[in-house]
Amino acid sequence: MNRFLPRALLAPAVVTLFLWMIVPLLMTIYFSVIRYNLMQPGEVGFIGLENYQYFLTDPSFGTAIVNTLMLLASVIAITVIGGVALALLIDEPFPGRALVRVLLISPFFVMPTVNALLWKHMMMNPIYGVFAQVSRFLGVQPVDWMTDLPLFSVILMVAWQWLPFATLIFVTALQSMNREQLEAARMDGATYLQQLRYLYVPHLGRSIAVVIMIEMIFLMSIFAEIYTTTGGGPGDASTNLAFLIFKQALLNFDAGVASAGALLAIVLANIVAIFLIRMIGKNLD
Amino acid sequence: MNLRSAFALAFGLAVAGVSNAATELVIATVNNGHMIEMQKLTKFFEQANPDIKVKWVTLEEGVLRQRVTTDIATKGGQFDIMTIGMYETPIWGKKGWLQELKPDAAYDVDDLLPSIRQGLSVDGKLYAAPFYGESSMLMYRKDLADKAGVKLSDHPTWAQVKDLAAKIHNPQAGVYGICLRGKPGWGDNMAFLTTLVNTNGGQWFDMSWKPQLESKPWKDAINFYVDLLNKYGPPGSSANSFNEILALYNEGKCGMWVDATIAASFITDPKQSKVADKVGFAQAPVAVTPKGANWLWAWALAIPAGSKNQEAAQKFIAWATSKDYVKLVGKETGWGSVPTGTRKSTYTNPDFLKAAKFADAEKKAIDSANPNDSTLPKSPYVGVQYAAIPEFQAIGIAVGQQMSAALAGKVSVDQALKTSENAADREMKKAGYYK
Repeated sequence: MNRFLPRALLAPAVVTLFLWMIVPLLMTIYFSVIRYNLMQPGEVGFIGLENYQYFLTDPSFGTAIVNTLMLLASVIAITVIGGVALALLIDEPFPGRALVRVLLISPFFVMPTVNALLWKHMMMNPIYGVFAQVSRFLGVQPVDWMTDLPLFSVILMVAWQWLPFATLIFVTALQSMNREQLEAARMDGATYLQQLRYLYVPHLGRSIAVVIMIEMIFLMSIFAEIYTTTGGGPGDASTNLAFLIFKQALLNFDAGVASAGALLAIVLANIVAIFLIRMIGKNLD
Repeated sequence: MNLRSAFALAFGLAVAGVSNAATELVIATVNNGHMIEMQKLTKFFEQANPDIKVKWVTLEEGVLRQRVTTDIATKGGQFDIMTIGMYETPIWGKKGWLQELKPDAAYDVDDLLPSIRQGLSVDGKLYAAPFYGESSMLMYRKDLADKAGVKLSDHPTWAQVKDLAAKIHNPQAGVYGICLRGKPGWGDNMAFLTTLVNTNGGQWFDMSWKPQLESKPWKDAINFYVDLLNKYGPPGSSANSFNEILALYNEGKCGMWVDATIAASFITDPKQSKVADKVGFAQAPVAVTPKGANWLWAWALAIPAGSKNQEAAQKFIAWATSKDYVKLVGKETGWGSVPTGTRKSTYTNPDFLKAAKFADAEKKAIDSANPNDSTLPKSPYVGVQYAAIPEFQAIGIAVGQQMSAALAGKVSVDQALKTSENAADREMKKAGYYK
């Protein structure tokens, strides 16, 4: 009786959450094994793994996976390293720190499409963009970002947008840093690099893990930046898994292939998650 | 208050609510200038029809397409009127998803430009009423052509255009010979490239629906395009679509541009363009055949077959695409902002002709386009710069990506066409056109 009552009271919440998770998942699995195209509503039937086969045999599939992983790894690396650096920079008080903090955080609130278009037209345009003007001033041939370095351009845009997020988390984490320990270390003659390695980074370990987890979840489905700027890049140079699903299935209103693609994306996400948890989880207590 | 009077009150209120209910029309629309104008002028319609209230749902083009297609395919019934293009109309009309439009005599349906009307009808039945139409044409810098000593005819060939581009191409002075679309997309670079293929005598699919992307006309067209843009085009072309080139043209950086006729209204507007008075117009260039050399597009209003407010919807559509509406916009906003490309009467209106210098060229272009006959060899599909089949969007973007890669020099033209042919073949097989 003692164990029954708490469980019974928790049951509605748990059951709701479970249904919330399981119903879409089961429906997606169901759609992925039938032929379901909105434009051809008459032909619905079980076709087994045909949707998966169609998605996997797409010539761009391998490239899409590689691009997704590169996008993930690059943006996470840039934001974590850059975020830690920025957070340390604005850790000590200085005049105007509040304003600088607000300005550093703001890029995160720009909408992804606006962000992408700003970069494409204002900064990266090879004729009238800021980078082009600076290059010409220095006498260097301007770089055609979207054509020659499409994936790198997308990485740049996304990293610029997510750097504030990482910075914010690290700034907050640094607040709870033990100042007396730091002072003691300084008085003992520890250099900044030693402080970094033995005091700052271990303290930030958990928040780095949080940042990586959250970014991984969101960056897997980057779409808006690619759609508005390169349209998948010359060829499939900047096509990631999300864009491939869009191209293959959503444009066709083919819910069957889209569901198959989504489930493959889940598999990829889980593989990446396992690696990350192994790598980072080991460093946490 | 006792239970009985409470019930009586509730009943009375409910009845009152029902008897005052006006018909509410929900309209899904695209967020372009003409529709924003129409929303501002809706009060005139509501004044004339006090029993109808209009609710607007404005979305960006890609999102609109998604929402509207999903709604109509699942018979969601969310919208009473939908803004659809010339691409969807034949597909949905044939499937029986749209209500046939039957306007009265006062509407003067014969006043609609014939090619636009044809593009929005199936088997002679009108399924969507146009509120905006366009074709494509060549817009060139008359001052640069004069300086080079070249006079372009009204129907130039692509060879002549290439010659002129070579003469006026001057990157040191910041002028590029010709600007053309390159961003991947079925409505971006592929709209232009399809017309280039058409005029070289090619087609998307032969009569047994097999894709023809490795045929000679395709090879000729794409090789010409890659060569022309790489030699005489601006850098970054493989990511340029309408808006990007418009910005370049307005800054005076493009010597020539082949694109939508509506572009002419922007580049001749002194408020936006630095070269407003230096622009000349000609019909879209031709190569082997004039068929399909210039495209045809219209945004139109249609009624989903499942709508519960058919009569009110027909009334609204008749109002929004009528001659009087054009005059209303002219009076309230100015003749430079009236929706063009729909009715013959607009093009004989002196106020409009005064405000729009490109009107003649535009009408000629629209009249010469025929979505039912736009390729030299006979084709099983309708559409000038697209094939009106549901699979086309996915095929279009896949091929568009390859064309953009060929332009950027990442793959050879032959390789790009081979990959495109395979992608198109995969899609057509999956959709069951052939085994």
